Amino acid sequence: MTMQRRQFLGTMAAAGAVLGAPAVFGQAKPRVVVIGGGAGGATCARYIARDSEGAIDVILVEPSEVYYTCFFSNLYLGGFRDFESLGHRYDKLASDHGITLARDMAAGVDRDAGTVTLAGGEMLFYDRLVIAPGIDFADGSVPGWDLSKAEIMPHAYKAGPQTQLLKAQVEAMPEGGTFCMIAPPNPYRCPPGPYERISMVAHLLTQANPSAKILLVDPKEKYSKQGLFEEGWQRHYSGMITRIGPDFGGDKVEVRPEAMEVVIDGEVERVDVCNVIPGQRAGAIAEAAGVTDDTGWVPVNPHSMASRADPKVFVLGDASAQGDMPKSGFAANSQAKVAAMVIRAELSGSKAFPAKYSNTCWSLIATDDGVKVGASYEATDEKIASVDSFISQTGEDAALRKATYEESLGWYAGITADIFG
Amino acid sequence: MAGRGATCLALCLALAGAPGTTALRAAEIGDAERGAEIFGECSGCHEIGPEAENAIGPKLNGVFGRRAAAVDGFAYSKSLTRAGRDGLIWTLKTLDAYVANPRTFASGTRMSYPGLKDETDRADLLAFLRDYSDRPRDIPEAEPTARRSLPELPPDILALKGDPAYGEYLAGECQTCHRADGGDAGIPSITRWPEEDFVLAMHAYKQKLRPHPVMQMMAGRLAEEEIAALAAYFATLTE
Repeated sequence: MTMQRRQFLGTMAAAGAVLGAPAVFGQAKPRVVVIGGGAGGATCARYIARDSEGAIDVILVEPSEVYYTCFFSNLYLGGFRDFESLGHRYDKLASDHGITLARDMAAGVDRDAGTVTLAGGEMLFYDRLVIAPGIDFADGSVPGWDLSKAEIMPHAYKAGPQTQLLKAQVEAMPEGGTFCMIAPPNPYRCPPGPYERISMVAHLLTQANPSAKILLVDPKEKYSKQGLFEEGWQRHYSGMITRIGPDFGGDKVEVRPEAMEVVIDGEVERVDVCNVIPGQRAGAIAEAAGVTDDTGWVPVNPHSMASRADPKVFVLGDASAQGDMPKSGFAANSQAKVAAMVIRAELSGSKAFPAKYSNTCWSLIATDDGVKVGASYEATDEKIASVDSFISQTGEDAALRKATYEESLGWYAGITADIFG
Repeated sequence: MAGRGATCLALCLALAGAPGTTALRAAEIGDAERGAEIFGECSGCHEIGPEAENAIGPKLNGVFGRRAAAVDGFAYSKSLTRAGRDGLIWTLKTLDAYVANPRTFASGTRMSYPGLKDETDRADLLAFLRDYSDRPRDIPEAEPTARRSLPELPPDILALKGDPAYGEYLAGECQTCHRADGGDAGIPSITRWPEEDFVLAMHAYKQKLRPHPVMQMMAGRLAEEEIAALAAYFATLTE
């Protein structure tokens, strides 16, 4: 453990020695390439460009013109937001902070040469690389399902057309039909996300199709905010939701998309909509860069978010394996600011400060019934460790729940401005 | 058996201790007669006593032990209403902090009173207000205890000069929720506060005088210099 701390400090000192070089010798400005324009990548790009005031070149590699946030996409499913309200453009990152937008996929990383190759063939040199690709799905996680079946059984776990497809399917369900969700095993993006989604689908069905049923097939014994969700489901959607945990075969499930069948521990259920949220791993470019371990995630230095395999490569958000923080947009945004601070210190000699991280996840259970869970974290040599936490309580009064929901709306406005400018 | 013995012991101690303790505490608040004179500063807006009605400010009968913004028929500011929803209860401790500097305690309060700076004056005023709430010497279990716990900060903490560069880094954590442009829908604005107000507000969360679990957690782990650094940064934020 002491070794790692020394390595980290050593990196900082070494970087300090190199810092003066560009100015002294009149070389090109140092360059940071950021792969992925979500909560981690876009925040990191924005903070480096904004705070270095032009001293560092920042290139953001992101194929889409409009980014749809996965956080709050459940509220669209429940009818609380329109789809457009989830979309954010990158224009301000370019116009306000001088970030170069490369509208392309990253296809490969050569860490020895310090280059990123784009799908279109262009090659970008970097002094520091930030990889923030979010998640991809683990092969074979749910037998019978792969990405080619996502048009029949959507995952809707990367916001966009998949989210719209799932909503259309729920709206088209026959009267008294069955909505099924296959929940993912740990670790996965947004721990309360599947359960907030169940709540939102129940809200929609209660209005449009009140005799419909919801079947939640879950490989996990416990899940995030469980007591709060169960209390809310009982109160708002009594009798609609059945959860099948591992004690009843929730961990032994396969799907037959063409027949719209779900097989739970040998028993065949016919369903009308099936939302398969498979097991997950770091976005594919992380593996292509050779920084993942055999769990499929990227171990990082808790003090800096630099990859354990390469101190010049920083990995943010869902893709990283950092310790106690959940995989959330809030966490990615928080990690991005630490990485931006460290990268600026290494490349332009600005002051370095101790890493601080925090997270809060709000979930909506029904109209004006919001709950939250959160924690603050510090870096130890071993991991990002939780130091304090809080969670909404069962039995809270309606005014507090409404205030919590309104707070979440304020947070969405705040974090999206913090990410996209 | 051992368990029952322990429970009995604790209960007996509590019963034995209660009356004496509360009477002692009640006597500690301050000089209520002098407080009645100081209340002259408040009586332009607040009424108190058997005939009291809501006026420019809410009536103050029974304020001790009551949830903030809970008098029926009075239109409170958004910020006090929010504090009440978050669980703020008026106790000696919280009232003292509020009266000392209302705007620092609840930014956005409509109470246009600059604050009663002198600690003894506040104690006397609160002793006077206390007479119009349930009195602990009569009702042992009544709120509040008259425990003296002032949210005062030593001058050296208020005098700390924050490092704006550190503040800029730390502020990233605030700006995930609090908007840099000062927008305040759902979550209050924190930009361009006077530094001292900012420092006092953060310490009020740190000491759990202000309610709100997220802010108590965030402030709870910030060191004094870090709060000063944030205050220095947000005071000058022009975005």
